[in-house]
Amino acid sequence: MANGTTTVNEKSFYQQSTNKYSGILSWLLTTDHKRIGIMYGVTILFFFLVGVILGVLMRLELMAPGKTIVDAQTYNSLFTLHGVIMIFLFIIPGLPAIFGNFFLPIQIGARDVAFPRLNLLSYYIYVAGALLALLAVILPGGAIDTGWTFYIPYSIRSNTNVSLPLLAAFVLGFSSILTGLNFITTVHRMRAPGMTFFKMPLFVWATYATAWIQIIATPVIGITIVLVILERLFGVGIFDPALGGDPILFQHLFWIYSHPAVYIMILPAMGVVSEIIPTFARRTIFGYKAIAISSLAIAFVGYLVWAHHMFTSGMSDTARWIFSLLTFIVALPSGVKIFNWVATMYKGSIDPKPPFLWVMSFIFLFSIGGLTGLVLGSLATDIHVHDTYFVVAHFHFVMFGGTGTIFFAAIHYWFPKMFGRLYNDKLATLGVLGFFIGFMLLYFPKFIMGYMGMPRRYYDYLPEFASLQLISTIGSWVLAATIFFIVGYLIHALFKGPKAGSNPWGGVTLEWHIQSPPTMENFKEIPKITHEPYDFSQLKEMKNEYS
Amino acid sequence: MHEENSKHNHHIGYGTYVLVWLALLAFTSITVTVAGVSLGEYTLFVALSIAAIKSALVINIFMHIKFDEKIFKVFLLISGFTLLVIFILTFFDFIYR
Ligand code: HEM
Ligand SMILES: [Cu+2]
Repeated sequence: MANGTTTVNEKSFYQQSTNKYSGILSWLLTTDHKRIGIMYGVTILFFFLVGVILGVLMRLELMAPGKTIVDAQTYNSLFTLHGVIMIFLFIIPGLPAIFGNFFLPIQIGARDVAFPRLNLLSYYIYVAGALLALLAVILPGGAIDTGWTFYIPYSIRSNTNVSLPLLAAFVLGFSSILTGLNFITTVHRMRAPGMTFFKMPLFVWATYATAWIQIIATPVIGITIVLVILERLFGVGIFDPALGGDPILFQHLFWIYSHPAVYIMILPAMGVVSEIIPTFARRTIFGYKAIAISSLAIAFVGYLVWAHHMFTSGMSDTARWIFSLLTFIVALPSGVKIFNWVATMYKGSIDPKPPFLWVMSFIFLFSIGGLTGLVLGSLATDIHVHDTYFVVAHFHFVMFGGTGTIFFAAIHYWFPKMFGRLYNDKLATLGVLGFFIGFMLLYFPKFIMGYMGMPRRYYDYLPEFASLQLISTIGSWVLAATIFFIVGYLIHALFKGPKAGSNPWGGVTLEWHIQSPPTMENFKEIPKITHEPYDFSQLKEMKNEYS
Repeated sequence: MHEENSKHNHHIGYGTYVLVWLALLAFTSITVTVAGVSLGEYTLFVALSIAAIKSALVINIFMHIKFDEKIFKVFLLISGFTLLVIFILTFFDFIYR
């Protein structure tokens, strides 16, 4: 696949700057997609940890009935900030901005993305949006307390700072749109000779499909946010029923973006899974085309189901059964992927290294999240569990157990390539285990409590929930401690880990053909692609390419 | 971008731009006028049709899509189609509520 693309031990992209500066400015003004990916990585990881701390604070409040550490109003702000940070600053940008930036160009044999400067601009727009969100917390008036969904009419009436965090979400949307634009153009224009669409790695396919959702869906939330701000500032009666508006229209517009947005979160994660499984099963992926096409299918049908979040909102009965039916249809393309992954592992020679273990954990947690999604998608059962802890458990299982788990899988899979170092496999295996145990303790009781009727977004509860709430809080300690443990051994490995060769796992996609860490322009010569993306017969010739 | 595209750009005279602009203004005043007239169940249909014509003018003339490569038209069509589907689905709530 890659003949004479590079030799080992040339200057890596850490040692070569795209501009005339060295030191910190060579990073802040860089146009290298890999450096931008790492800058995103540092920033996003920071906000993720902030979100985790907010989550743990909430769990502390809920440890025992009654007021424990914060009052009700503060609790309202805590879950809002936690939700806004986790959604808009962590899980939506996470995989595309970090790993998409770093690996999409490499995997299609390109030297950079199509618009490197626009790429840097997207990063700064992200930072600006994040700062606006933080500013809103500090300013007098109080931190926003509407929940991350900003439902009308409360978000019009609330006296806390609502407009500024809304503006922040608006700004963050632009970062998302520009990144999507960049990736679509890159995939169409920058593929190496021979890299046809059906020779692209599946992570590229997934990121490409995601980019389409980013471009088409994000403007909807942008417009909606502007309308809410106008309504708050000038009393334009679009959504507020007191002014003749329609509050259900807000919910439609909000979910027309936010449902497809869950596919912005999960599609890239599915792409990463499709990379990791073949590498550690030493076997070409089963049903390559089906997985590739199902990404596009998910991206499209993802637009057809948004109102399943609105079954109890008072919308028409016709809309309720239509959206319930459509929701069940969307489960199909996701099923295609799960079956293909399992079929890939069948009779493979599996090497259970940490990235693979993360993926196993993903399949388990995400399946629970997906199946409980069907409980929420069918009209009758949703009425019972709507707005209870059942929903809270469900979305943590899909977002955190799904995309969040794969965030860690991706770090562990690509760490040696990005930083040229190896981490300790034993510690990493412990990390997966601690994460899994903490996760189940923290969130599984929430399914039971939700089914028993515990409503979400409450800082207090009836005595019968006390023991399950306590288990959940203990789970949050295990989980949070494990997360800091993982960050700890990774930072240690960054400086002290043994040097990684160019291909520590025996992968065959293009990034494993070049040195670790890559050179500034990735490839000396743009490679000519002749192999299928997951053709492991290449491993033999690759051994001779470099040691 | 601009340099690349202008190669195959058919030149549009200022006259056309002004005409399109006037047409847009005219349609806007129609929208406003119609809003005051009670058209019953056709209100929405009329408003959306006028909006569609206006966007078509802006996209084709001001945004040059009419003279651009086919791939841009395909992309635009995909977005437009998605929008149409979203409208239809929203109407299942709006009409039957
Ligand atoms: C250790 C990590 C975490 C802990 C302890 C945690 C805990 C919680 C708790 C206690 C709630 C409030 C439940 C309620 O009262 O309704 C909540 C809400 C939420 N969490 Fe997490 N969570 C964690 C990680 C995450 C992650 C990784 C994501 C996203 C990927 C996430 C997304 C959300 C969202 C969207 C809400 C809803 C906020 C709202 O109601 O507006 N959480 N979480
Ligand atoms: Cu949804």
